[in-house]
Amino acid sequence: MLTDLLIDAAKAIVAVLLVLNLATVLLWFERKGSALIQDRVGANRAAIFGIGRRLGVPNLGVTNTFVADPLKMFTKEDFVPDQADRFLHTLAPFLSLFPVLVTFAVVPFGDRLIVGSRVIDLQVCQLDVGVLYLLAVLGIGIYGAALGGWASNNRWALLGGVRASAQMISYELAMGLAIIAVVMTFGTLDLQEICRRQGGAWFGWLPKWGIIYQPLAFLLLLTAGIAESKRIPFDMPEGESELIAGYFTEYSGGKQAAFMLTDFAEVVLVSALVATFFFGGWQVPYLYPEGFRLPGIGSVLLPNLVVAVLGVLAFGLKVVFFCWLQILVRWTLPRFRYDQLMYLGWKILLPLGLINLAATAVVIVAVAS
Amino acid sequence: MEVGVFAFFAVLAVVSALGVVLQRSPVHSLLALVATLLAISALLIGLGAVAIGFLLAIVYVGAIVVVFLFVIWLLNLQRDPGEPGHLAAKFFGAFAVAALTAELFAFFVRAPVGPPPAPAGYGSVDRLADLIFRDYLVAFEATSLLLLVAVVGAVAVARRWPADQPRRSGAGASAHGELRRAERA
Repeated sequence: MLTDLLIDAAKAIVAVLLVLNLATVLLWFERKGSALIQDRVGANRAAIFGIGRRLGVPNLGVTNTFVADPLKMFTKEDFVPDQADRFLHTLAPFLSLFPVLVTFAVVPFGDRLIVGSRVIDLQVCQLDVGVLYLLAVLGIGIYGAALGGWASNNRWALLGGVRASAQMISYELAMGLAIIAVVMTFGTLDLQEICRRQGGAWFGWLPKWGIIYQPLAFLLLLTAGIAESKRIPFDMPEGESELIAGYFTEYSGGKQAAFMLTDFAEVVLVSALVATFFFGGWQVPYLYPEGFRLPGIGSVLLPNLVVAVLGVLAFGLKVVFFCWLQILVRWTLPRFRYDQLMYLGWKILLPLGLINLAATAVVIVAVAS
Repeated sequence: MEVGVFAFFAVLAVVSALGVVLQRSPVHSLLALVATLLAISALLIGLGAVAIGFLLAIVYVGAIVVVFLFVIWLLNLQRDPGEPGHLAAKFFGAFAVAALTAELFAFFVRAPVGPPPAPAGYGSVDRLADLIFRDYLVAFEATSLLLLVAVVGAVAVARRWPADQPRRSGAGASAHGELRRAERA
């Protein structure tokens, strides 16, 4: 009993810490990566007693992002504007960050791990209705941005909040339709089960990943996911040239850091969802619970521990890949206009999602009969 | 569902429901409404109606109450100054509250102790799908058609036709119109 509790607690803590740390690493990657893309030097000022320079190591901005910036953020004045709603102003960043973090409870990061007679499912919380939980919790996240904008008593912040909530509601529909198509394909709402059903291979070599069943849903989910995370090219809610910083204009210090962290945690979440639904989650091609079975070559038997670790590594690799893809998109595309955003969401993605859903249903019925 | 967990969410639901009507600021009322809905959906999940519980959170918290928030912003509702109401309104209000409370008590007194055993698969997504897509398919689809008609009707009624209001054409249901109104507010 106590052991079970400890294992669950450990899984939860590890999942949250991994997400938070990956979010910080992404911040660093975004700074240096954007510098690389734009042919700049990027963050390279901060150093600790010049140790790196004395050793001849180039300054990669690691001290900037991981030490100097967090220290600066948390020692800044926590400013609340005059006439602002103090309670909601404080609540909003947490209302924004919390839903994104708890969503990871149902994302499976590996297959079963067998320790002695104990079978540990590498997922924080096994839930039969995991997809419903996901959509319900993501829905709460809207209030963070919306109330943050409203509670600041600032026109720009309010406009940013209105834009953010309108955008998130619009793209949630496309996201939901894409996920429903996947759920129909695999016939389950449990994310771990969706991963399991992506195991195996067609003709002995083509992995049965979701992207092969649902290529259109993959594009829909990725697009809607980037829009949900409110990043370029969908960053109208915080468009600097029009709204200063949108809904977090009046935030400083730790609360602003929470909003920033939410952005990156959402990038990680979108990557994790895309990997889970369309790229087999923790599935490694040709890796089965008993070991590798390579087509035309032969098989290699592996112990459970190695298989489980390979699965977790594969999931991590897929997540990092899609994070990288999203950062690449961010530094490639310019910002949409607001009407273009609404046009894309309601008149392109939504009909495409509906058509995809109908086609999926027809194919499923045709195959079943 | 454990009694302690049930009591926690039940008290949370009642307290936040009181918050909806007692708060002076409309946005605070709205947040209390969100808390109420989440507490009720937690209760539903705990009592076995898992699908309905999550759908309540998705549909109401994730979409409908956000629309309420838009309405509050667009109408630019301010804090309620808390003027005392009519004496008659207070009298009839108190009467209605007393009647409702009496009804609730009567219900509790006559309610059987302990819940009846739930049928197998109660509250699961499968069972819900059987109900709305097989047993009550026609009624379900007719309801969705009715809602669609209501939405089209609402847009038709709310829209300002160019002939009536030549200077404010196009300020209809577009996102831009909403934004501009929000800007003015």
